[in-house]
Amino acid sequence: MIVLNLNGRQQVVDADASTPLLYVLRDDLQLNGAKFGCGLGQCGACTVMVGGTAVLSCITPLSVVGTRPVKTVEGLGSADKPGVLQSAFIAEQAAQCGYCIAGMMMRAQALLEKNPNPSDADIRQHMSINLCRCGTHMRILRAVRRAADSIKSASTEHPNAQRGA
Amino acid sequence: MRSAAPEGLTRRAVLAAGGSLVVAFSLRPHGVDAQEPGAQGPKSDAPKLPGSLDKTPMLDSWIRIDADGKITVLSGKAELGQGIKTALIQVAAEELVVRPERITLITADTQRTADEGYTAGSHSMQDSATAIRNAAAQVRAILLGIAAQKLGAAPETLKVDDGVVSGGGKSLRYGELVSGQDLHVKAAPNSPLRDPASHTVMGQDLQRIDIPAKVTGGVAYVQDLRLPGMVHGRIVRPPSPGAALTALDSAAAEKMPGVLKVVRDGRFIGVIAQREWQAITASKALARAARWQERETLPVQADLYKTVRSAPAKDIVLVDRGSAPEGQGKTVSAEYLRPYQLHASIGPSCAVAQLVDGNYTVWTHSQGVFPLRKAVAELLGQAQDKVRCIHVEGSGCYGHNAADDVAADAALLARALPGHPVRVQWMREDEHMWEPYGPPMVSAARATLDANGSIASWQYEVWSNTHNARPGKAGDLLAGQHLAQAFQPSPPQPGNQPDGLGDRNSIPLYTFPNEKVVYHFLPEMPLRVSALRSLGAYMNVFSLESFMDEMARAAGADPVAFRLKHLADNRARDVINLAAEQFGWSSFQRRAGRGRGFAFARYKNQAGYLALACEVEVRRDTGEVKLVRVVAAADSGEVVNPDGIRNQIEGGILQSSSWTLSEEVTFDQTRITSRDWGGYPILRFPQVPERIEVHIVPRPGQPFLGTGEVAQGPTPAMIANAVADATGARLRQLPLSRERVRKALEA
Repeated sequence: MIVLNLNGRQQVVDADASTPLLYVLRDDLQLNGAKFGCGLGQCGACTVMVGGTAVLSCITPLSVVGTRPVKTVEGLGSADKPGVLQSAFIAEQAAQCGYCIAGMMMRAQALLEKNPNPSDADIRQHMSINLCRCGTHMRILRAVRRAADSIKSASTEHPNAQRGA
Repeated sequence: MRSAAPEGLTRRAVLAAGGSLVVAFSLRPHGVDAQEPGAQGPKSDAPKLPGSLDKTPMLDSWIRIDADGKITVLSGKAELGQGIKTALIQVAAEELVVRPERITLITADTQRTADEGYTAGSHSMQDSATAIRNAAAQVRAILLGIAAQKLGAAPETLKVDDGVVSGGGKSLRYGELVSGQDLHVKAAPNSPLRDPASHTVMGQDLQRIDIPAKVTGGVAYVQDLRLPGMVHGRIVRPPSPGAALTALDSAAAEKMPGVLKVVRDGRFIGVIAQREWQAITASKALARAARWQERETLPVQADLYKTVRSAPAKDIVLVDRGSAPEGQGKTVSAEYLRPYQLHASIGPSCAVAQLVDGNYTVWTHSQGVFPLRKAVAELLGQAQDKVRCIHVEGSGCYGHNAADDVAADAALLARALPGHPVRVQWMREDEHMWEPYGPPMVSAARATLDANGSIASWQYEVWSNTHNARPGKAGDLLAGQHLAQAFQPSPPQPGNQPDGLGDRNSIPLYTFPNEKVVYHFLPEMPLRVSALRSLGAYMNVFSLESFMDEMARAAGADPVAFRLKHLADNRARDVINLAAEQFGWSSFQRRAGRGRGFAFARYKNQAGYLALACEVEVRRDTGEVKLVRVVAAADSGEVVNPDGIRNQIEGGILQSSSWTLSEEVTFDQTRITSRDWGGYPILRFPQVPERIEVHIVPRPGQPFLGTGEVAQGPTPAMIANAVADATGARLRQLPLSRERVRKALEA
């Protein structure tokens, strides 16, 4: 039995420690956000955050996660109460098939938590690991920019508000 | 609003109902199979019905309203990420005069919806949206006819607001008009469509209904299905197309944790396990245990285009008008080359199948659930009514990828383990190695200018395999080809104009006094190929629009003016002028290393129009071509969702620029060597342009023109033309890779 700190809650998982985090999230915990894309760490569809950093969950064994907090797209909000980044992706209609999008959002989330005021070049560079085949890139970039801007304006209005998208 | 039902329609509806006024439809499974004989299509002398109504004419095949007022719209087309669900709801909501959120949409399901063939060829708006729009308008007219009687008011005095009909001081909801009764009426040729000027839902940027689930981790894909008792399968594919299995000791794999079954039939090897990672681990063990005899069955890649040019061909003359006046003016000729390319879906193909009491259910992201059902039934040796295929969205497919193949894999494993839903997803290497590729192509163009610098004669030839090896038969499924008793694939077909396959868009929309177009169809296929978004149009428009630029240069003319000079179609001229104007074509200031490029096509010469202008930057040291900005002007006929059009065109430009700048399947004579994203790189964020603008020409009241594939062909020509403008080097071989550009600049 392994205890996982997932989206702010402790989850007990009965899985072999060598199992990649992706399969624990999808099969044991029945979460849909992280996607299988390549199993090789080349495409980013499986991106989640571990300890504040974007990681490729398809090549990250459960054993290396330890007690570090894991955050998935489910942890950002819900369809009824979307978080800042989710709202930005909806506002920009930043998806076609959308299979890559949850991974895109978690990579963007990791950027915004470290650097809430990224330049456009920062965003492009940071997102370069993640692949999109539908060609939704322009919208994804706009959505990340929109989220960054709305965090910025929220913190200007409420300087004591907690940072994060 | 225009609310009155046309006299004839109302009377006919009443007569069809045997005197009692009825509009409701039961929600029992009620697709084309359930319709009475004779309802399948019009007699040959009957007027053509709009869109897919022509094949499936009963109104309740498309729209049902139950006594509670619940509105269900049915389409045989599938959501592929192109936003079709949202657009179909918009047309239905507009004509039914209800809010879009009141509509439940059911798509592609062999037990419930019309058979609309494949969701392909940018046909969904023309076929399905046209059918639904007309059916909705006719249903509204019927409802108003009934309401007029019930309310005792003249039809033309009735008002409709969100499914409530008012008149004579009273009002009735649609559900009250239809309660407890059954309407089953054949569509009329003409419909009381709402005036475009009164539209409130069509023409609006309605947000996509599928996006909230996709950004919050909802169940959005077949990959996300978790059915009770579901188990996981993986397939172990041969290492190369010609490999034969000589031995497989599966004993060790069968003892691995969670493994339920190993299935072997010929060179088809599958494993089923309780959990997904167990299935993957066991499939790796099986792959290590399998012994294969490999053979050299592939062409030499360096000689690919020689192989294409010398393959046995069926020559099809598509146009032969006038003669070629050789030697009278300046003559230019050129040859263009396109490699094997991938669909390369981000999510490997996936399906879930289950066998219960002799009946199979397959959840699939296939583009054609009806043809898939036929093929799977043949594969399993079952009657078609024993197989139900239900579309569930998958990762974007961009044509015929492995969606159908994995559905067959899942069905075969489900047969081996009755009762359990079996989920199969391909691995990355499976997808890169085994999906049907976009075929290699060669084209040759030759044209002569007259004394006025206009094209006097035009000759174009294209060499290509088929671009359609979709199922319909078990042998079109990969597993069907790998079983011990292998099924034969359908014989490759050249296709027919005006849609065409390898010849798609090979006939220019320009007007030339003398013109010859020949399609050399190559039935032999060394590698498995099929439909990749836009089929032959990608290569043919690349060739035609590159060559128009080459001819403009030979004539000393501006490329945009040169196109307009040869173009009579006013809608084509409009998008070209709009793109040039919005780009600032005539005022373009060329900077060092930069250039501008233009291209135009009307997809299939009958769907959406698109003109593109771009600026590129070419790095002489590395050969890198960077798209700086792109301006698009589109005419999609009447616009249902402008943002949907923009999204498709932006995406098409970026995807096609990725094909154009870097994509090429590689192989030695035995194996495919581009087996993952390392071996087959695609566009990444640092390479996307600074800006893409899409301008839409509004055409209210005009037929819908499919737009999903319009950008694929013009994009490579726009880029090649801009590279030529920036550097003077004309590149005619795809992709325009760094190495190829650098070599061209050194030459």
